[in-house]
Amino acid sequence: MSSSSADKPSVIKARAGLFWLQKTETVQDEEVDGEYGLVINGHSLAFALEKDLQLELLRTASAHIGVGISGQEGMQAVLSSDFSFAQFRYLQRLLLVHGRWSYLRMCKFLQYFFYKNFTFTFVHFWYAFFCGFSAQTVYDEWFITLYNLMYTALPVLGLSIFDQDVNDRWSFQYPQLYTPGQLNQYFSKKAFVRCMMKSCYSSLILFFIPWAAMHDTVRDDGKDIADYQSFALLAQTCLLIVMSIQLSLDTHYWTAVNQFFVWGSLAGYFAITFTMYSNGMFLIFTSAFPFIGTARNSLNQPNVWLTIFLTSLLCILPVVAFRFILIQLRPTINDKVRHKMRKEALPAPTKPVRVKRISTRRSGYAFSHSQGYGDLVTSRKFLLKIPVRTRPALFTETDSPLAQNQPQHYRTITEEPEGSQSP
Amino acid sequence: MVKEEQELANRPDNTAFTQQRLPAWQPMLSAGIVIPGFVIIGLAFIGIGVALFVTSHSIQVLELDYTGVENTEPCYRCSDPSSKNCVCTLEFSIDSLFEGPVFFYYGLTNYFQNYRKYGASRDDNQLSGDLDYFKSPGNDCAPYQYNSNNKPIVPCGAIANSMFNDTFKLYQIIRGSKKLVPFDGKGIAWWTDYNIKYRNPSVTPLKNAFNDTVKPLFWSKPAYELDPTDPANNGFINQDFLVWMRRAALPDFRKLYRRITEGDYAKGLPAGNYSLEIAYNYPVMSFDGRKKVVLSNVSWMGGKNEFLGIAYLVIGSLCVVMSIVMLIVYAKFKFPEED
Repeated sequence: MSSSSADKPSVIKARAGLFWLQKTETVQDEEVDGEYGLVINGHSLAFALEKDLQLELLRTASAHIGVGISGQEGMQAVLSSDFSFAQFRYLQRLLLVHGRWSYLRMCKFLQYFFYKNFTFTFVHFWYAFFCGFSAQTVYDEWFITLYNLMYTALPVLGLSIFDQDVNDRWSFQYPQLYTPGQLNQYFSKKAFVRCMMKSCYSSLILFFIPWAAMHDTVRDDGKDIADYQSFALLAQTCLLIVMSIQLSLDTHYWTAVNQFFVWGSLAGYFAITFTMYSNGMFLIFTSAFPFIGTARNSLNQPNVWLTIFLTSLLCILPVVAFRFILIQLRPTINDKVRHKMRKEALPAPTKPVRVKRISTRRSGYAFSHSQGYGDLVTSRKFLLKIPVRTRPALFTETDSPLAQNQPQHYRTITEEPEGSQSP
Repeated sequence: MVKEEQELANRPDNTAFTQQRLPAWQPMLSAGIVIPGFVIIGLAFIGIGVALFVTSHSIQVLELDYTGVENTEPCYRCSDPSSKNCVCTLEFSIDSLFEGPVFFYYGLTNYFQNYRKYGASRDDNQLSGDLDYFKSPGNDCAPYQYNSNNKPIVPCGAIANSMFNDTFKLYQIIRGSKKLVPFDGKGIAWWTDYNIKYRNPSVTPLKNAFNDTVKPLFWSKPAYELDPTDPANNGFINQDFLVWMRRAALPDFRKLYRRITEGDYAKGLPAGNYSLEIAYNYPVMSFDGRKKVVLSNVSWMGGKNEFLGIAYLVIGSLCVVMSIVMLIVYAKFKFPEED
């Protein structure tokens, strides 16, 4: 997922060929002018080509991801690369499925993580105006300790491990889904600022609604409820519920593990809170658990729960409405494919086609100590002379009628008369 | 052959978990869920809002500021810092029956009980009756930990030291004569505070536990004399003390003082003239604070709070409006089926 340059690539096509270089290389069909440098074996390829392209390649090879093919020529590429696999066709899966999912998960994780921590912190900022700027925390100290450690750790872990927007087969069907990663759309400076604004809004709601609801009010038996400990409990419960619902909105792929993590964390919060605020813990560790009785005395009040309900929905409903309207007005490729996914059946899996290879003929070399046989490789003199007709395509095309406007090109190694290759 | 086995050994597991094929629910924000959802939520909010608003409106509240800032006010002469043991009287009248049970609160403004160092300045071990901490109060209590003669202060800390000490007596004026309105001071603090969090040291008489300690600097009586008539209300479990120690979250707060539930006033305070006698001891003028007395009754939603009802009504209406907007957007801009 290279985002090194901000220029839009002029050609956005899924290409999988033998090698695919950043600078223009005149190949059989047309000029490749893409953003990616996939270097199979950095050193040998650098030697194989002209000197002035070497630097470009080496920069590319060391910049983002390096992919190596392990094979009979040796493991040199594997050792110096980030990902390695045995067959070239796996590259498609690496990019279109795993790479894409990885980008998606990473961006969702980052956005959610920044959101939850900024909100948590901004609430303290607003409280400063009401506590004499004394840095009094709104929340219980134990909550602050356990917030990132326990209450929100597992759900976001579940999101980052399991989330998928579309199936892997649909990912093959629509390589255009790869575009947001190329364009750096999901998490950029603009996205970060939007996240901050959302945090600001949420923190205003999460502080001022409890503030207004608790101002000068009492329990239904006349006793105190506007005390610091009850207010802290109310604010922290609101915060955690809002964060859990926000994570639920972000999660597109609810496995059983996700369900368990999210609801389990919320249940765990209540269990731990009631335990910490119980008589037993106070009697054993008196000065560590001063909040005794707070949960029992405030969470049985209807106005507390009504405040929690109001706060949660006021934080979440704008997000839901905004996302819905955005899907209607400006659907992204993701939205369209997901919409289609609900309607249609899965496309057939692409069957790996066995390529008959004769062991004496090779198509790749890995020498790094000398100039190497780059010229020989790129001239394709040594390739098998098989008529084109009977030679099966290396990659199956899955051009469905629906994808006509974005044709998918797969370069096949075809036989060419000699001398047509230009470096 | 060997190579094949090696290859097969390196092959990753083909389980649903490792191949990310776990069965999953994949919800999507579709119009069929969002728009009706907003409508239902909006209507529910409006319903709740109406209930809250009506309830809040039915709660009666009477607030009387008695700080004595202006020289026309009855307690003006008491607000002078040099006056001691001053008593002032506030006259007020009630138009209609103030329904019972009536709760009598004192309120303070611009008083930051939520200040961080103030809130940390207490010793929970001491307050739960641990005699070891009577001899050496915790360090958080500083500078209200030891007095100038190096004797431990019990109860230590700034919160205890600043305990509210105005007292009130309410009289109804019937045909020129004053009739005392009886106050009930039992059970005004949380049950858990009274029974578990705060315990007197198990020494009888209680006075002996406080040997070699001194009372807080601002107190006129030591802890074991807070209510000498009732041992269940003396020492650390004194209800007024407990109510004060439960520090407020915001700078304007009110704390329960007494309940009016007994005798002729069980149904409430009848309409008429009343006179409130205040033993004015607590100085607030130095930090521009205000003191007030609040009479209120309660309901299922607690005290009078207009905000919740209005907020629910407003948000409910906004939800309904949003659902209409989304319906229009969906109807007009539904994105085409084709890719």
